[in-house]
Amino acid sequence: MKINAKGLHYRELNREIKDALNKGEKKVELSGINGQRFIGAGLKSNAEISVEGVPGNDLGVFMNGLTIRVNNNCQDGAGNTMNSGKITIHGDAGDVIGYAMRNGKILVKGNVGYRVGIHMKEYKENRPAIVIGGSAGDFLGEYMAGGIIVVLNLNNDFDSDYIGTGMHAGTIYIRGKVDERKVGEGVETKKAGNIKEILPLLKEFCEEFGLDFEKISNSEFTMLSAKSTRPYGELYCY
Amino acid sequence: MNDFKTNANWTASVISDIKKQAETGGMLLTGMGNPSPYPNYWDRILLDASQVTNPSIDPLREPMELRTFLGRKSSKLEKETYPQLELSTPIMFSAMSYGSISLNTCKSLAMAATDSGIYWNTGEGGLHKDLYKYANRAIVQVASGRFGVHEEYLRAGAAIEIKVGQGAKPGIGGHLPGEKVSKEISETRMIPEGTDAISPAPHHDIYSIEDLRQLIYALKEATDYEKPVIVKIAAVHNSAAIASGMVRAGADIIALDGFRGGTGATPMIVRNHTGIPIELALASVDQRLRDEGIRNDASVVVAGGFRSSADIIKAIALGADSVYIASSALIAVGCTMCQKCYTGKCAWGITTQDPELVKRINPEIAKKRLNNLIRAWSLEIKEVLGSMGINAVESLRGNKERLRGIGLNETELKILGIKHAGE
Ligand code: SF4
Repeated sequence: MKINAKGLHYRELNREIKDALNKGEKKVELSGINGQRFIGAGLKSNAEISVEGVPGNDLGVFMNGLTIRVNNNCQDGAGNTMNSGKITIHGDAGDVIGYAMRNGKILVKGNVGYRVGIHMKEYKENRPAIVIGGSAGDFLGEYMAGGIIVVLNLNNDFDSDYIGTGMHAGTIYIRGKVDERKVGEGVETKKAGNIKEILPLLKEFCEEFGLDFEKISNSEFTMLSAKSTRPYGELYCY
Repeated sequence: MNDFKTNANWTASVISDIKKQAETGGMLLTGMGNPSPYPNYWDRILLDASQVTNPSIDPLREPMELRTFLGRKSSKLEKETYPQLELSTPIMFSAMSYGSISLNTCKSLAMAATDSGIYWNTGEGGLHKDLYKYANRAIVQVASGRFGVHEEYLRAGAAIEIKVGQGAKPGIGGHLPGEKVSKEISETRMIPEGTDAISPAPHHDIYSIEDLRQLIYALKEATDYEKPVIVKIAAVHNSAAIASGMVRAGADIIALDGFRGGTGATPMIVRNHTGIPIELALASVDQRLRDEGIRNDASVVVAGGFRSSADIIKAIALGADSVYIASSALIAVGCTMCQKCYTGKCAWGITTQDPELVKRINPEIAKKRLNNLIRAWSLEIKEVLGSMGINAVESLRGNKERLRGIGLNETELKILGIKHAGE
């Protein structure tokens, strides 16, 4: 089903999307998107939504199971507190992408802004993942409490500062070398011995964006993880 | 302790705190609300009563309305109506998370709220599966850690509360130590067992009023505009300006938590020295919203150490729509105010996860005691309303003419917006 979003307020647009999904639609194509916020907010569904244009902030916020594919850039907060599903961005994405996401995937072809993957967490079989083709802004993976962030740094311009500040679980993989001075306190930085756990993600990413999987997966990666799962254990006296 | 040579400045607690910190190098932790002897304005405000010209009413003979609706009210020009919370009496249980308190205590509060026709609040710990049946009387919280926040949880609650701040710890985040993250707590918060549950100090998607509006509307979109959204802040120096922004951002209810509000654990330095009394914050916020003509766009709920129905009546006359109580509710189920909640070893089975201790709370008995407290305070509110010649709590709201200050200076009276006794 197609929805032309030109001139529609996000409230009307989301209403139309909900109505379509309630009718059992499994594929919704949105065109004429121009900054509408909250697309797919809180939807529990395994439907696919394709977005033509630039969606506004909080794309897929609280969503549970949707697959959203954006053919363009997207603004801040995509995948905010999402429970599961997949968001694919064929362009750049803004700040705080994947804030507190619990499961599912976010694939961004280009660059992302500040604080991406902040406080993402894992739980039981839920393990969220964010893969970024380009570079990321400062505070990547801040307070990270689980899951995987991969930065492919395909343009070799990755220059994030304060990486993983406050992280206490999860893993960040960055293609190439990382200047340890730019990594947050309490984070261990080392050359990734093997990247087995991210190979399926890389494969999916390369297939989606038409990139050379062999070349990328044979690159050297740096791996960042928390030195302690209890970063605040020693702060207090009882 | 007896070895200390204490004096008015170097009290036993000052000395023992220094020794503790010299041993450990850590920040002092504490529990419950600010115990320091700062002015308590409720104790310096007196209520009015009717005599001769305006007859008082006998609540035993005449109906008294305590029913309270919380939420944005439509203005005359609007056709749109907004979702409301309906309370049988202007009292709710304030946020206490499963994790900071035991499941039995959560159950007691949830059952009592359901029986009494009021609301309880999940705090930021998610909604345990056994408590979903009380969800239609629950306010579900969304805090910076987003623990247990998912679409089903948001849809389950009667209202959603964005927690920005807490009176006992303004400006700082929360932290449930890993040893307290048991299997059940891990399932409810949806985080691994045994890891620290850290709520960052700010929501990292809220750095401005415009961002706050975004989260409010994200929640409304996710729940089809069916539930009021509450925004809760700690009462701080510029609360009035912030509250105005919160209302303009689209909050249906704003909650203000004063500096005497309790907590399961907080650094003592913050609890004892940060924030302002709820009395002053409430009066200034209510006035500001009235001055700006937006008072009806949101209800105002206040929290922070409400000890009696007298405090509640005074708060309503100062402009509150309802109050949140927590410490007094815990006292009703056994708490002795020992302030040791942060140790996780509450002897009364309240702020602990130790199964042996948790057993000491019998939810059926605790529920009854909570229902009794709500009933007793409601009766007292009716009694006082009658003495003032008022038959609905609605008519007392913001009725500052029925309050007088005692022993307050001019600045205090001006902020509270009340006259001095005798005037
Ligand atoms: S009795 Fe329990 S809940 Fe009350 S102050 Fe002591 S430790 Fe805290």
